[in-house]
Amino acid sequence: MSSVRLLVGTKKGAFVLTSDGARRDWSIEGPYFPGWEMYHLKGSPADPDRIYASQSTGWFGQLVQRSDDGGTSWEPVGNEFPYEGVPGTHQWYDGTPHPWEFARVWHLEPSLDDPDTVYAGVEDAAMFKSTDGGRTWGELAGLRGHGSGPNWQPGAGGMCLHTILLDPSDPSRIFAAISAAGAFRSSDGGESWTPINKGLRSEQLPDEDAEVGHCVHRIAMHPSAPHVLFMQKHWDVMRSDDGGDSWYEVSGDLPSDFGFPIDVHAHEPETIYVVPITSDSHHFPPEGRLRVYRSRTGGNEWEPLTKGLPQQHCYVNVLRDAMSIDRLEPCGVYFGTTGGQVYASANEGDTWESVARDLPAVYSVEVQTLP
Amino acid sequence: MTSTPAAVVRIVLPAHLKTLAGLSGETQLEVARPVTQRAVIDAIEDTYPVLRGTIRDLATMERRKFVRFFACGEDLSHEPPDAPLPEAVAAGHEPFVVIGAMAGG
Repeated sequence: MSSVRLLVGTKKGAFVLTSDGARRDWSIEGPYFPGWEMYHLKGSPADPDRIYASQSTGWFGQLVQRSDDGGTSWEPVGNEFPYEGVPGTHQWYDGTPHPWEFARVWHLEPSLDDPDTVYAGVEDAAMFKSTDGGRTWGELAGLRGHGSGPNWQPGAGGMCLHTILLDPSDPSRIFAAISAAGAFRSSDGGESWTPINKGLRSEQLPDEDAEVGHCVHRIAMHPSAPHVLFMQKHWDVMRSDDGGDSWYEVSGDLPSDFGFPIDVHAHEPETIYVVPITSDSHHFPPEGRLRVYRSRTGGNEWEPLTKGLPQQHCYVNVLRDAMSIDRLEPCGVYFGTTGGQVYASANEGDTWESVARDLPAVYSVEVQTLP
Repeated sequence: MTSTPAAVVRIVLPAHLKTLAGLSGETQLEVARPVTQRAVIDAIEDTYPVLRGTIRDLATMERRKFVRFFACGEDLSHEPPDAPLPEAVAAGHEPFVVIGAMAGG
């Protein structure tokens, strides 16, 4: 019987939650790396027992941990992320030049077919690649150096590369997103990059057609339709039907189009999920009601999913990497909150239950669908 | 001709780094002379590779900003990394203490 494994990164450690395919009863292991900020954990699609984890603190810096047994035991691997050449400067919050400085790994994206190959999105924004299981890392410097880098600026959470999407139909095509620079695409395996932000509108930018400077919060795609991209921007839910060449808004009837995560149904490429948040100054759900919104039309028309979620006095946030969807039938949807809850739906979001209630603030949730 | 024997330096690490290194208390390491901050950190990183980058930045090799070095009742954090540490540290009478900045309010 199939089973699922949730990899949960929190402000104070990592947790591994497991359940059988019914997804009713859960066991919780952890905390792993207690006291450390676990920005992201993700398993290899090619070998689910291979898991990579980003471990950091402001005090002692960055480590990368690797498990080869599904998260039971861990081994520290390489933690050196050297920018290629002279790092140069990007814009600071006040618009002045600021040196590029490595802070942490936000996101780890294992290759679709090689457990030893993994990409890392880091702050200050850059992408790194390892082909030896995380032991050594080299920068894909064409992204930071493609020309607009000196104009990138940090979002409130730092200038982070937080989204890496690998196109299953074309191994040379990679998408990345950076707060607050925007979305980028490579067609040569990460050697060279192009900004793909046409159609994005951001009030905080004086030039409405600005090539970069957009605060993209997350991008998602369905593997069967890799030319269709969905984006939760700072404000606005956006969609591209041409691999990012152009974007149009699909916020439609959402109660707020601000938010962080966005994800796609496992079996329906036009069914997507977001978690509306009131605003960038109020990082909690509208009216104190925690609602996932689902669109079965690829955007514009949305339905609230509330059964099992708190509908009063709820003032948590759901961060960009804190939602994930399994591959079972019907697919399961999972998300974690800054209040330490992990919610699971075994029926595409129709109903929810809390599978962990009092964890540290959840930074990331990744589900693995196991045989 | 005989070479100067290495010093044996007592080292106290903060809790997170002890966990990473698999230590439960104070440790003692052989440190090349002259005994300096750099020599001590080199010895720590050679013995416990998992600690590379946790005490000093891997790119700049400078002390991480929320890490301090104490010994003999003094804050030595801003001493030059190649300045000799107090003789009491080099002689193993006093520990070299790596501190993480206070957190928690």
